[in-house]
Amino acid sequence: MISFMNVFGIWIAAFFTISIFSFLYKDNPFYKLSEQIFVGLSAAYWLVYIIYSIMMPNLFTKLIEDFSGNAILLIPAGLGLMMLMRLHPKTQWLSRYPISIMIGTTAGISMLRYMKSDILEQVTATMINPFSAPDAAGVVGNLLLIIGTVTGVYFFYFSKKQEGIFQIPSKIGIWFLMVSFGATFGYTVMARVSLLIGRLEFLLRDWLHIIT
Amino acid sequence: MKRSLPLILAFLVGFVVILSEFIPHRPFNQIVSTLEQWFMIISGFAILLGQISLIRMNTHKIVNKLPDWQYYLAGLISFALMLIFGILWGMQETPGLLGSGEGISSWLGAKPFDYLFTNAYMPLSATLFSLLAFFIASAAYRAFIIRGLESNLLMITAVIVIIGRTSIGTMLTGWLPESMQFWHFPILADFIMEYPNSAAQRAILISAGLGIVGSSLRIILGIERSYLGGEK
Repeated sequence: MISFMNVFGIWIAAFFTISIFSFLYKDNPFYKLSEQIFVGLSAAYWLVYIIYSIMMPNLFTKLIEDFSGNAILLIPAGLGLMMLMRLHPKTQWLSRYPISIMIGTTAGISMLRYMKSDILEQVTATMINPFSAPDAAGVVGNLLLIIGTVTGVYFFYFSKKQEGIFQIPSKIGIWFLMVSFGATFGYTVMARVSLLIGRLEFLLRDWLHIIT
Repeated sequence: MKRSLPLILAFLVGFVVILSEFIPHRPFNQIVSTLEQWFMIISGFAILLGQISLIRMNTHKIVNKLPDWQYYLAGLISFALMLIFGILWGMQETPGLLGSGEGISSWLGAKPFDYLFTNAYMPLSATLFSLLAFFIASAAYRAFIIRGLESNLLMITAVIVIIGRTSIGTMLTGWLPESMQFWHFPILADFIMEYPNSAAQRAILISAGLGIVGSSLRIILGIERSYLGGEK
C-alpha cells in the first residue's frame, strides 16, 4: 500500500515541476519560489555531502579517533578557518595563505596532468599513418582527423594576427570546430529533451496515472 | 608580508608537486599526498565559505525587505531544513548525529534528507534543466537564420547527430543499398563523432592544455597574482 507520505512526496514533486514549467508562459511567483527553494536545497545538499564525504573521513573522524597521531591535521584545519576570515574585511588578508596553498597545489598538479593527458597523449594519437585504415572512409576520416587537429590548434594561435595566406588554415580550423560544436549541440538537445520526457512521464504516470 | 609570503608559499607548494613527478621517492611523494589531503580539507572550508556567503546575502535582502525578499526567505528555510535533516539523520547509508532515524525513516519511506532530495531537489533540478530544451530550440532557430557557412555546418551536424542517434535515423535511411551505407544516418553520425568531432575536440584539448601549462607556470613563478586580490 502506498503511504500518505509517498503520495505527499509525489504532490510536492508535481507542484515544483509545474511551477518551473510555468516560466515558459512568463516569470511568476511560483517560479520564483521554486527557483529560490532549489538554490537553498542545492546549497545544503552540497554542504552535507562535503561534510560526510570529505570533512568527516579526512579531518574530524581522524582527530576524534587518534588526536595525537593526527595532530598535523590541525594545520589544514587552521588554514580552513583562515579561509573563513575572508568574511570580515579586517581579517580578509589571512585567507591569502590557504588560497595560495590551494592555488599552488592546483597549478602544480594541473600542469603535469594536462601536459601528459591533454597535450602529449593527444599529439601522439594524432601522429598516425592515414593510409593504414582498411577502407576509403577510414583513410578520409584519418586525413580529416590530422587536418582538423592541426588547423584547429592553428586557429587558437593568437600571438600573431592571421592575415592573407595564414588565414586559410585558421578558417578550416573554424569549420572543424563548428562541426564539433554542432555535434555537442545535438547531444545537448537530446539530453535536455530526454529530461523533458522524464518530467512529462512523471506528471502523466506517477502523478496523474494517465499512462502506465 | 601580506603579499610576499603567500607568493612564496604558492611557489614552494607548486615546485614540490612538480618535483615529485620527477623524483617519485620519499619525502616528495609523501609531501604531495599530504598536500592533496590538505587541499581537500581546505576546499571543504572554501565550500562552507560559499554557503555562509549565500546565507549572509539572503539575510541582508530579508532584513532590509528588498524586492522579492519573501522568496529569499523560502530559500533560507529550505537550506536550513535540508541541512538540519542531513546533520541529524545523515544521508543514504551514512548516519547522522541522531543515528539513522529508523522511526522517522519508516514513516517517510526514506531518511528525511533523502526524502527531500527525491521529492524536491531532484524534480526541481531535472525540470530546470529540461526547460533548456525549449530555449535551445529558439537558439537553434536564431543560429539558422544567420545563414553563414559556419552556422550551416553547425546546424547540419547537429541535425545529422540527432537523427542518427535516434530510431528515426534508422527508419529514414534503412532502405539504402549496401554500396551507399556510408550515407545511412547512424553510420554518418558515427563518422562525424569519430573523425571531424574528435579532431576539433583534440585541437581544443591541446590548446587548452597549453594554456593551462602556461598559466600554471605564471602562478608558480609569481607572475600571475590576481588570486591575491587587489589590496596591499
